[in-house]
Amino acid sequence: MADLSVKIGQLELKNPVMTASGTFGFGEEFSDFFDLSRLGGYIVKGTTLAPRQGNAYPRMAETPAGMLNAVGLQNKGVHYFADEIYPRLKDIDSNLIVNVSGSTIEDYVACTEKVAELDKVSGIELNISCPNVKQGGMAFGTCACSAADVVKAVRKVYPKTLIVKLSPNVTDITEIARAAEAEGADSVSLINTLLGMAIDADKRRPVLSTVTGGLSGPCVKPIALRMVWQTARAVKIPVIGLGGIMNWRDAVEFLLAGATAVQLGTANFIDPEVTIKVIDGLNEYLNKNGYKSVNEIIGALEI
Amino acid sequence: MKKHVMDLSVTENTSLNANYFLLKLTSAQKLPDMLPGQFVEIKVEGSPNTFLRRPISINNYIAETNELWLLVQKVGDGTRTLGKLQAGDTLNLVFPLGNSFTTPENASKSVVLVGGGVGTAPMLFWGKYLKERGITPNFLLGARSEADLLQLDEFRKYGNVYTTTEDGSHGEKGYVTQHSILQNQQFDHIYTCGPKPMMVAVAKYAKAKDISCEVSLENTMACGFGVCLCCVENTVNGHVCVCTEGPVFNIKDLQWQI
Repeated sequence: MADLSVKIGQLELKNPVMTASGTFGFGEEFSDFFDLSRLGGYIVKGTTLAPRQGNAYPRMAETPAGMLNAVGLQNKGVHYFADEIYPRLKDIDSNLIVNVSGSTIEDYVACTEKVAELDKVSGIELNISCPNVKQGGMAFGTCACSAADVVKAVRKVYPKTLIVKLSPNVTDITEIARAAEAEGADSVSLINTLLGMAIDADKRRPVLSTVTGGLSGPCVKPIALRMVWQTARAVKIPVIGLGGIMNWRDAVEFLLAGATAVQLGTANFIDPEVTIKVIDGLNEYLNKNGYKSVNEIIGALEI
Repeated sequence: MKKHVMDLSVTENTSLNANYFLLKLTSAQKLPDMLPGQFVEIKVEGSPNTFLRRPISINNYIAETNELWLLVQKVGDGTRTLGKLQAGDTLNLVFPLGNSFTTPENASKSVVLVGGGVGTAPMLFWGKYLKERGITPNFLLGARSEADLLQLDEFRKYGNVYTTTEDGSHGEKGYVTQHSILQNQQFDHIYTCGPKPMMVAVAKYAKAKDISCEVSLENTMACGFGVCLCCVENTVNGHVCVCTEGPVFNIKDLQWQI
């Protein structure tokens, strides 16, 4: 068996396969399907300081190779997570990462401070890229200055691994990645969803209650792959790649493009066991091609 | 209940009319226990425009023979592709998902199960389940015309069947809420599944008569097990997932204008 372990900041991942926030609940929803401790890491749903009801229904539209969502960070708040959810997750032998979001810098900081109290949380993923909330979210992630401000403020209060999740809805994603790196981010994860839209021709109305939403799935993979490749060349910190990964071959492509780890998102909806299949497939690929460690293929793209 | 991902074999695919077909599935493995009201998520292969699984309610399930039936309406590319399945084909299912209807505590209670369109599908399994527990259900089934009334002989095995059609071609003419059985007979519980306007009308009737009423919703969903948060319904407890907190809800918990 090949060595699948990778390092992201202070995180030691037993393999480079993680789950993407917003597509994996709190992880417990998958415990009927597989042993969560097999994952390199799992990122729980977007958490905010105060509870959020999220957007009105309808929140989803299917496309031929993906889906649009407009959930809007529905969650019960970080205190609920700390009191009710964390005690059930803390002993799972994997890296538990909390995705943190906010409408103001103060929100991000306060939410992070609460997460920092939870010993068994390995790191946070700072969400500055959600396209489905009116205030905050993506607004922080589409400008290098505001991205730098929020990363700087959070870095001050969070000593453990800080991952910053980037939006693809920008002109140059490497600028934002560099800004995050300069303010002390340990890693960047990309891409969050692409802003998209669906229309019901019969009703002559938008499908989503919010008119626009976040596009994910195989249709975004080429864009994600390009942005991961560009970003991995622009920063020194590890890049976590995500966007339309549906199988182990997709995961290998992201690693070759320069990602140190990958996240699977929408694929979890279609195959709840997909992460395990990707871990096994990756191991088989490495063995078959004579690699001793997954690190040998990270950024090994030949051009 | 533990959720499973399993490959099941299609043993029969019966066309019921131009719009509906009935899949009979089985497995070499023992099928997990299932309850009426629950549903499955089917992976659709061979449909280029279908990305997500399709949620389909459980039409019938016989534990002893390890058989599962799904009544499917051809709505779009995904369900039309499923309609082409043949005996011997394999289907990948995530199941059983969601909650179930609530069994009346007292077997002497009178119940009516109101179904419309593909919403009649879960009512067969529910009616059979009630019959097995000593409650003879009344089925009130509505459709546009006689051709759209499905599985009547199956329903008759488990209870009394009443029908309405909009064109009067079978049973009483009109909508289910106009049927004389609702006007003339007292019920303790109403269970309904069908188009939302029909369920709202039934819920209004139940509320006006102060009858306990459960509705089965089919909000658009991606995952089916509570992680995508797409299928939410607004309830007295805020937005909740239809796939995990439902699909069956008591109308007193919904924020419907009834």
